Amino acid sequence: MLWSEGLGRPGSFWRDWETIENQMNRLFAGAAPSAREFPAINIWADGDTAVVTTELPGIDPGSIDMSVVGKTLTLRGERRPEEVENGTYHRRERWYGKFGKAIELPFDVDADKVSARFSKGVLYITLPKAETEKPRKINVKTE
Amino acid sequence: MAKTEETIQKKEVQQAERAERTRATRVFTPEVDIIERRDDILVVADMPGVDETSVDVTLEKNVVTIYGKVQPEVPERGRPILVEYGIGDYERTFTLSNEIDREKIKATVKNGTLRLLLPKAEAAKTRKIPVMAEP
Repeated sequence: MLWSEGLGRPGSFWRDWETIENQMNRLFAGAAPSAREFPAINIWADGDTAVVTTELPGIDPGSIDMSVVGKTLTLRGERRPEEVENGTYHRRERWYGKFGKAIELPFDVDADKVSARFSKGVLYITLPKAETEKPRKINVKTE
Repeated sequence: MAKTEETIQKKEVQQAERAERTRATRVFTPEVDIIERRDDILVVADMPGVDETSVDVTLEKNVVTIYGKVQPEVPERGRPILVEYGIGDYERTFTLSNEIDREKIKATVKNGTLRLLLPKAEAAKTRKIPVMAEP
């Protein structure tokens, strides 16, 4: 299940309404897939590893908070608005504020071996599958 | 919920403006902040995947075009199991209302964010006019 906390985009009534709506859906939907939430992610996976990528331009990589429990990867962070003195905004489209998103992966993750790289505003997180989830070969003994 | 979907999605450029593209890639419109100050105009654009070598800024008369080329980084193994965003180049064009001092334009890219500083030409700068009391 994907979820997210309120995002500090320039607010509007509808935006707030959607947040409430999403929270309600979350309460009632249980594990059903919910709306995609910020930030958008891509996941690549093979049998042993999953790679989660997300675009977080202009963010300080040190401020991204990542945690892994079981199958769930949680991302949290914040981007502050541009600080300008005596300026007038002609356009203000870029997002700012806090975000949080939990991503459920197809397998349990070996939390100690998770690695992350931040390059050109894109975050790449490599999540290896936990050993306990890997198939084990069982030898059949003959009597 | 459709709105939520819309707000997290990158906006793709609807059609080729002016000329057709020769490179088969998607092109997105970067989200920007434009801030005008007394002496300059600051354009901040989110272009994840772009660095200082892959962004072009051109100024033609009063039209500024920013183009960021993205070399997609794809994991060596595996296949996509969830795709929420697309990867492609960025392009956006602005018309400037003030005369810009072309020689002093500065562009920097950090962590996928382009900052374009367009200083106003002397003639276009706001001048404070002192008000005198009549004798």
